[in-house]
Amino acid sequence: MNTRRRTTLPLHAIAVVVGAFMIVPVLYALLGGFKDNSELSGNPFGLPETWVTANYTDVLASGSFWGQLWNSTFIAVATTVLTVALSALAAFVFARFAFRGRELWFTLFTAGLMFPFAVAILPIFVLLRTLGLLDNPLGVILTQAAFGLPLTIIILRGFFRSIPGEIEEAATIDGCTPFGFFWRILLPMARPAVATVSVLAVVGSWNNFMLPLVVFSEEASWTLPLGIQQFQGQYASDTARILAYLILAMVPALIFYAVAERHLVGGLTAGATKG
Amino acid sequence: MTTLTRAPEAVASPPPAPDPPRRGRWVTIALFLLPAVVLFLLLVVTPLLVAAYSSLFKWNGFGGLPTDFIGLDNFTRLFTSDIFAEDLWHLLVLIALTLLVQLPFALAIAMLLNQRIRGRAVYRLVFFAPYVLSEVITGVLFSLILSPDAGMANELLSVFGWESEWLADPDTVLPSLFLVMTWKYFGFHMMIYLAGRQNIPNELVEAAQIDGATGWKTFRYITLPLLGPTIRISVFLSVIYSIQLFDLVWILTGGGPSHSSETLAVTMMEWGFKRTQVGYASAISVAMFVLSLVFALVYQRYVMRRDLEGATTSMGGRR
Repeated sequence: MNTRRRTTLPLHAIAVVVGAFMIVPVLYALLGGFKDNSELSGNPFGLPETWVTANYTDVLASGSFWGQLWNSTFIAVATTVLTVALSALAAFVFARFAFRGRELWFTLFTAGLMFPFAVAILPIFVLLRTLGLLDNPLGVILTQAAFGLPLTIIILRGFFRSIPGEIEEAATIDGCTPFGFFWRILLPMARPAVATVSVLAVVGSWNNFMLPLVVFSEEASWTLPLGIQQFQGQYASDTARILAYLILAMVPALIFYAVAERHLVGGLTAGATKG
Repeated sequence: MTTLTRAPEAVASPPPAPDPPRRGRWVTIALFLLPAVVLFLLLVVTPLLVAAYSSLFKWNGFGGLPTDFIGLDNFTRLFTSDIFAEDLWHLLVLIALTLLVQLPFALAIAMLLNQRIRGRAVYRLVFFAPYVLSEVITGVLFSLILSPDAGMANELLSVFGWESEWLADPDTVLPSLFLVMTWKYFGFHMMIYLAGRQNIPNELVEAAQIDGATGWKTFRYITLPLLGPTIRISVFLSVIYSIQLFDLVWILTGGGPSHSSETLAVTMMEWGFKRTQVGYASAISVAMFVLSLVFALVYQRYVMRRDLEGATTSMGGRR
């Protein structure tokens, strides 16, 4: 017991130091949001001498924060529903039908994993402008869904294939159409996989910056990342207020992380360690 | 599924058709596949083809497809430009730092948290958390922390009589950027190493220890080789990510000071959106694409060969 404690002590020390490296920036922002700027520069680490709540309440009282929160949420939900719905239909066909050209189409989708999004941003901008989808949430939603298809299809296809053929036969004998089997049997069984890909889609959409940056020019359509960037430019000298904005913008993501951590980690590690 | 309303004799009629009628089957396949295929062709494949096509033109991005064909001029201009060479150099530096510092660090922390130390679940949660924060939040937060005059980092280091210009100095901007990248991403690599480590049967590790292997030797000769596939994937993801690095740089430095932290994607956005030389910017994106593709093919062919056993198509098929 004694030797065990002695050997794990350095490990604890390392874990604590790394933990401090991770936590201190966020803690600095959290406390900084409760200070005024003169105190922030003189006393960056300690607790606030007087807890100033104005930075936080001002942001919460402004319509723009809530507008951005709503835009981010709406785009994330719509992107996720669209990505998962289209991917599930396609993955079902890839997993359970044999037809000519199947491997070719599937390979095309998997190759999509290797297309860096940044490569396509200019033509996408031109295309969305031609379609009149600039400053329209649909422009971001459709594009994000299209780029989300490859990974989602791959994960869902893998899951659909693992469901035994006997179940499909039984359903067919009971008079199930292919869509009936897909909708009433396969999807409910695939709930864990659907949860995983949904969580990945939500996080991807929530954090996306490059696409909204080029699509949205009107303030009314901004998402949180755009709003934060703009806020920093606008209040460049008001550090405490920016810190408050950052903390408030972190809250939804961290709540989501707390709720969906298992699915997120499961999805990322499955994506990375499969094979 | 038990509620059968349609003609029951159809169910009983032998022999059951091996498949639904041919035409019906194709209709099903087409209907299920069509939405995904249309969206993918329209917004993924077409833009890539347009990028390749317009890289051969002088084009400001307006008025339908480009018409002013200039052959490979955009590429000659790109390959002779200093900024492009600098972008590639920055890419190499960031990849080297990632592979030599960030990933070994992530691996060490993963091995540490694989021990039974108190609070490891909390550490795991905390180390991974920045991964879900957006690049913009991370970037803005660190641009304040690393600010040369009143930033927290300098206040902290001044206790030791040390300070830095961080992102404002061309000599320190890349390491500073790398520091932020490590804060945000090492937890991701740690997580996949942990998952990979948990796939290694403990019997192997125990057997080695019974045979007298020390902690280091167990790691070197048992754990590390068996983590090979996981490590090779994380190297792959890191390199591909570095090639298209944009958000963090755009927020933290905008590519500056004086281009010293510029990446390919930042250069492309500058030319494409600020100077509306879309043809030239497309040449940059084609270069990015070719770089990613060549790396992916070479890496999968020579490094991940044993892990993948074949073409990319097998990636989703095997569980």
